Amino acid sequence: MTLLPEKQVCITGAAQSEVGRPSPRTALQLTADACLAAIADAGLSPSDIDGIATYPGKSSEGGGIAPVSPSEAAAVLGIEPRWILASAEGFSHMAPIFNAVTAIACGLARHVVVFRSVAQAQARLVSRASTLMSGARDRVDGNNAWTVPYNALSPINTFALYAQAYFDKYGADEAQLGAIAVNNRANAAHNPIAIYRKPLTLDDYLAARVISSPLRLFDCDSHIDGSTAIVLSHRDAAKDLRNPPLHIEAMGMAVGGLWVGRHKGDFTELPAAHRAGAMLWERTDLTPADMDCAQIYDGFSIHVWMWLEALGLVPKGEACRFTEGGQRIALDGELPLNTGGGQLSAGRFHGYGHIHEATVQLWGRGGGRQVRDARTCIVSNGGYGYGAMILRRD
Amino acid sequence: MRKLPKLEPETAFYWTCGADGRLRIQRCGQCGTYQHPPFPRCSNCGSEAVAPAPVSGKGRLASYTVNHEAWVPGLAVPFVFGVVELAEQAQLYVFTNVLGREVRIGMPLTVEFEHHGDVWLPMFREDRE
Repeated sequence: MTLLPEKQVCITGAAQSEVGRPSPRTALQLTADACLAAIADAGLSPSDIDGIATYPGKSSEGGGIAPVSPSEAAAVLGIEPRWILASAEGFSHMAPIFNAVTAIACGLARHVVVFRSVAQAQARLVSRASTLMSGARDRVDGNNAWTVPYNALSPINTFALYAQAYFDKYGADEAQLGAIAVNNRANAAHNPIAIYRKPLTLDDYLAARVISSPLRLFDCDSHIDGSTAIVLSHRDAAKDLRNPPLHIEAMGMAVGGLWVGRHKGDFTELPAAHRAGAMLWERTDLTPADMDCAQIYDGFSIHVWMWLEALGLVPKGEACRFTEGGQRIALDGELPLNTGGGQLSAGRFHGYGHIHEATVQLWGRGGGRQVRDARTCIVSNGGYGYGAMILRRD
Repeated sequence: MRKLPKLEPETAFYWTCGADGRLRIQRCGQCGTYQHPPFPRCSNCGSEAVAPAPVSGKGRLASYTVNHEAWVPGLAVPFVFGVVELAEQAQLYVFTNVLGREVRIGMPLTVEFEHHGDVWLPMFREDRE
């Protein structure tokens, strides 16, 4: 077999900006903060960086979901990139990472900084409706036209359909789902930049209001202003840098379902996420049992069940019993989950919080939330497009 | 209050078919497969002979959620957002609001239309027949 592109590329630096609800700093400042810190973390300087990429790029629609383009970030950072990418479509949040991997493996770039910036808290100060699905125009078009006229104005309404179907088919209950929010909050207590660090009990979870049944307030992530940056380097260039290289052991990706408006199956799973999971395991000799921790996308808590099953970490229909009680997903459990608090408690870094937390664990930077001897971490991103990686330290 | 769909070339028939009270779904003239949302070619056989076809307007509730959050001022809550599996074909899904008090997965449903100007929104309620 030819050498897979991801085996030629390592993560060599990572950082996050400060986080705010809202932040006094602009999205471009936050982006520069994260990128410069990540580049320094790798032991590099901006002049060493020859590629830059982001998801999704810059949109004039507002809403703070797409506030910074890679071109303006490069200009601010003083980078003159040979390779540049803004990927609004595809494998959701991880698309620029997958594309940077192939660019590096092909020799188009040697060190690439990938960033993800969000300014949704600032946008909501201007208009609380800015983060809804309805858009700014009088009428709604494209994929949202099938749901917004029925006042499904938030993504929670669609994902709640999955939660209800899952509850009904597998006899799951709200306490089993609530264990995810409780676990994430317990971990966030040890994450200095998490936005919610006050302890949360299952009773607190159950006492909170229902947003869209069966999902409650603490099943939802929170809008923030912040930025994450990850430096990817060719493995030959990674050896002599500051941090032990983190190997990208495997990557898996798929689109389908919600992204294109075609729902397959019975609404108890995200079929395309299963395809991403299958691809991931085809590219490594490691198995689910080899994973030391897991950073699983939690835009809404129900995503965690969907992804745990899609990645083969638990059998179909078993995720509800796997999270029940929280022991198996705790820091000292069988599969420590969302060790930095996930998006539910650390804020919506939009997938990049999960990637960053994987680097925290594998570089032993977790402090009170460090998983002992963590050498492997599985990361997944996305509710509409689907991406997953296994990261590994020697 | 509702934000209405833009009438686009491939979707307008769905939003206007209620003018005569009959739900339409795109169907392939070659292989007979229904598909929704509509595409310019059949996802099953690739034929471009796809066209709106009348359907029974009956189905079952595949899943639902009761929305309690007033996302925008004036939004009447709670309401039920659901997904209907139409009787004509397995996994032929449409989104809707479910009208009426009762709601459960598997509930038989029948279509009715809510008229707003040039749009007739397909809505569903329990089919007691």
